[in-house]
Amino acid sequence: MNGGKRPLSFYLLAALFAAFVLFLYGPMITIVLLSFQGPNGGLTFPMNGVSTYWFSKLWREGLPNVDIWSAFVRSAWLGFVVMALTVVLSLMAGYAFRKRFRGSDALFYVVIASLIMPSIVVSLGIGLEFRLLDNAIKAIAPEWMTRSFETSTGLLTSGLGAHLTWTLPFGLLIMFAIFNRFDRRFEEAARDLGATPWQTFRHVVLPIIGPSVIGIGLFGFTLSWDEIARSSQAVGYYNTLPLELQGQTTTVTTPVIYALGTLTTSVSLLIIAGALAAMSLLRKRQGEGTRMPETVVKAAS
Amino acid sequence: MLDKLTTYINERGLPTWVQVGPFALVFFLFLIVPVMLTVMVSFWNYTEYEIVPDFTTRNYVEAFDNCLSGLPTLCTTLKTYVTTMRMTAMVWVITLVLGFAIAYFLAFHVRSLQVQIVLFLICTIPFWTSNVIRMISWIPLLGRNGMVNQSLVAAGITREPIEWLLFSEFSVVLALVHLYTFFMIVPIFNSMMRIDRSLIEAAYDAGASGWQTLWNVVIPLSKPGIVIGSIFVITIVMGDFITVGVMGGQQIASVGKMINTQMGALQFPPAAAHSVILLLSVLGIIWALTRIVDIRKEL
Repeated sequence: MNGGKRPLSFYLLAALFAAFVLFLYGPMITIVLLSFQGPNGGLTFPMNGVSTYWFSKLWREGLPNVDIWSAFVRSAWLGFVVMALTVVLSLMAGYAFRKRFRGSDALFYVVIASLIMPSIVVSLGIGLEFRLLDNAIKAIAPEWMTRSFETSTGLLTSGLGAHLTWTLPFGLLIMFAIFNRFDRRFEEAARDLGATPWQTFRHVVLPIIGPSVIGIGLFGFTLSWDEIARSSQAVGYYNTLPLELQGQTTTVTTPVIYALGTLTTSVSLLIIAGALAAMSLLRKRQGEGTRMPETVVKAAS
Repeated sequence: MLDKLTTYINERGLPTWVQVGPFALVFFLFLIVPVMLTVMVSFWNYTEYEIVPDFTTRNYVEAFDNCLSGLPTLCTTLKTYVTTMRMTAMVWVITLVLGFAIAYFLAFHVRSLQVQIVLFLICTIPFWTSNVIRMISWIPLLGRNGMVNQSLVAAGITREPIEWLLFSEFSVVLALVHLYTFFMIVPIFNSMMRIDRSLIEAAYDAGASGWQTLWNVVIPLSKPGIVIGSIFVITIVMGDFITVGVMGGQQIASVGKMINTQMGALQFPPAAAHSVILLLSVLGIIWALTRIVDIRKEL
């Protein structure tokens, strides 16, 4: 398999791969191109001049009938909360999952179920849950408390929960992958040298797994930023950006929607680039730092 | 008190239940309870403006109204399921073949780890961008005056623009393949990377042809990845309502779309009943899938 002349299958598969990449990126590239249409441009090719007209129109007016910028801010805000919680909760749970504990198998199955549960079912369930909760609050709580009460459904209650059922399974699976590759001797060495569990975690484990933990954050934010299916019945009155966008696909007939597409894609790409840069930076620093722990390992063994 | 607590944590670490507690609580509150409530509400009654606690099979009976007596003409529910299953089957077969071929290329033909990582990242990046954007990006290509039709007409292959390219089952399947082949590539690639390369050399040395090696060595050893990827794709497509909505021009009925429409009309009990039916069908498919694999393993 190694070295020598490439077989025919290599060239066929390489061609297929190239075609697949074109298939993946081609449509995206077209809408990025089309978002730079001239002011008289339409939804398809040919390009009618080149301008940033649709971006400035988007900036000035947003989309007809929806406040796109508030949705943008709401989505970003929710995304950051989801990211933070996904990182912290997955990290803690992943740490605990290295040992068997009571219910660890059951919890693992629940996590997998969450990942493959049809999103519409999750969304409906959470929507129902909060609707019943509202009814219960209105029925039980004294009148003076419920006078101004409308609903408990909201972006940071039901919406946040819906997103976490989607991001946390990814977070935990990444933690599993991280700890599969983790060299436990570092921990043992730290313990032998008298480090407490917290010190071991803070000064040995966390610096080593740090770059991959950023990957969990990346998953957390981008999955939340683009989430629609689970949010649909669970975010309440104020929609997230992708939900607004989905609602606009049939009504907006100008390239302004492509401009918005280009914009949200850029946000995703910036986040990805930022995360990858941070990861490689941490890895580099780690490369300089590993010499220490290795000597520690040798000294301890 | 607080001092004692911090010293305790510092010396012993956080107890396990504190470490997993919040994580488990999220799933309890936002997965287990909601699913249980869905099952419960599927037996409730409803009027035009409210849902009424009850124990009635009305929602299930109505879901399959005229389904048996009306045969061989399919009732709405069965028709919707047939459409959904047909699209699911198409997407599954296409993503499986495509995903397997691509994973195979990445795992066995790309020799340097560096290149492997870069190519893999190229496949991954679109996964982190918006699905809606990726769907609407097909519109300028497939529309009546889109690029595909323009070139087909210009090349003289068709005289009239083809209508079924967009807002049809074709465009729904295309978009689903576009969105979810990634879910096939990752697990299959992962399984393939674990295959001991000397097994393939051994097959080759023993005189197996490329196809024989593929069929008797690579595919059986990639089976876990194939099953995981298939479960992902099938469950996503079975419950999908967004891609079907956007790419089907809101004209095609799928199970997820039907549930979504009912929820839009605030008919929660029938929506819950349909959700339960959907969940059971998905579980059935997963069960069958793991079955097939186990049986084949024993042969």
